[in-house]
Amino acid sequence: MIEVSNIHKSFGDAHVLKGISTHFDTGKTNLVIGQSGSGKTVFLKCLLGLFTPEEGSISYDGKIYSELSGDEKRDLRQEMGMVFQGSALFDSMTVAGNVKFPLEMFTKQSVSEMEDRVDVVLKRVNLIDAHQKYPSEISGGMQKRVAIARAIVMNPQYLFCDEPNSGLDPKTAILIDNLIKEITEEYDITTVINTHDMNSVMEIGEKIIFLKDGLKEWEGTKNEIFKTDNEAVTNFVYSSELFKKVRQMYIEERN
Amino acid sequence: MLFLRQEAYFYFMNHLAQIGSYFLMLREVFKKPTKWRIMKTLILKEIDELIYGSLGIIIFISFFIGAVVAIQTALNLTNPLIPRNLIGFATRQSVILEFAPTFVSIIMAGKVGSYITSSIGTMRVTEQIDALEVMGVNSLNYLVFPKIIAMLFYPFAIAISMYVGIFGGWLAGVFGGFLTSADFVTGLTLEFKPFHIVYAFIKTLIFAFVIATIPSFHGYFMKGGALEVGKASTTSFVWTSVVIIILNYILTQLLLG
Repeated sequence: MIEVSNIHKSFGDAHVLKGISTHFDTGKTNLVIGQSGSGKTVFLKCLLGLFTPEEGSISYDGKIYSELSGDEKRDLRQEMGMVFQGSALFDSMTVAGNVKFPLEMFTKQSVSEMEDRVDVVLKRVNLIDAHQKYPSEISGGMQKRVAIARAIVMNPQYLFCDEPNSGLDPKTAILIDNLIKEITEEYDITTVINTHDMNSVMEIGEKIIFLKDGLKEWEGTKNEIFKTDNEAVTNFVYSSELFKKVRQMYIEERN
Repeated sequence: MLFLRQEAYFYFMNHLAQIGSYFLMLREVFKKPTKWRIMKTLILKEIDELIYGSLGIIIFISFFIGAVVAIQTALNLTNPLIPRNLIGFATRQSVILEFAPTFVSIIMAGKVGSYITSSIGTMRVTEQIDALEVMGVNSLNYLVFPKIIAMLFYPFAIAISMYVGIFGGWLAGVFGGFLTSADFVTGLTLEFKPFHIVYAFIKTLIFAFVIATIPSFHGYFMKGGALEVGKASTTSFVWTSVVIIILNYILTQLLLG
């Protein structure tokens, strides 16, 4: 479980996070939504330890990040997996090389043990045939799946995803969403996903927090988001015609 | 006037901060080393990219520079009292003391430096450096340290450059009809001071460190997108060249002055 307590983050005069408190449960897909510029990415980078909040604390299963030593922080980071918006695969390595990289860096496994583990995770994301291909030779959806494989290869406790289905067609986006949800349940990890894709919210949003201007405006589940009267949330969620109709149908059904 | 003074102050402070960041970066490069098994592969890859991959251009430039120095010296020796073997002497001194270590290093600042800045800068833009950091890897050690070690082999490239430069001078001098081969060899051995070779290699090693680290700094700390990668490469070339030129002056004064 990740507990966030009143975190503030500024860049010069820009006060980006203005005191966010929340918690993310283990074994659940937690979604952070909000408009561009609402502070989602900065929030995720604080959770990853890439940015240090000026105020407040973040604890990972009781370990408060700011109180850890440099080595303890690095150890904790090895328990984190991250899927970047642009996948962030290493261009000079093959798919297998990318997935094997954390194992080579942080374990004392033999080459055959590492190869076996790579096979297992690549099978899990249905990419066993792409082993020897380079990132530039595979599609965006496949790159995302390689990024997920690389993120889970070390059996992480925490999985973070920044816009995991941006730039993907709706069918592939759903596939990626479902893959992340299945992995979260299978590995019993704490997953936090940054997104503004409402399909993801409706598909896998077990817990959703909505950020607005650096503050937590709303939090709830995908079922509660239909019922909320919070104007900022409804304006954001139902900005598309499709979702306006979905909500109308829901309200009519309820009445 | 006040505005200009303020601008100059901010310009100075900005550069001072950059110099500070550069030295802080160097400290991080030597912290928490990457596993030797991985580092070994990275170093060999960098030797291939940075040194072996540059030998072609180094040989090409050195040959013609040596040839031009010999021809220029020959054409300027109009006084019949000055011996022709001075052409060999001037070629040796110019190539060993300046053209091989300094001129080739400026070329390498362009070739190798822009490669280093653009490759690290692209990794920054595509979040690959963030990915390394999230995994708990010391990204500066992983990316910059192998380049510094690979550049320790740079003096070998400069030794080749010296040899080829002098060979170019001999070829142009003898086959251009300016002097005999024996005169050239006599000039080459005339008042030879072995310390000049030591001086050239001390310079080369320092320039190698500069060529590995300044472009890495500009790539690692760049912000923005693809356009900024190009700008960072240009800036890194300018600063690497400026630092090489200044260090060349200081080292020459210290070692030969």
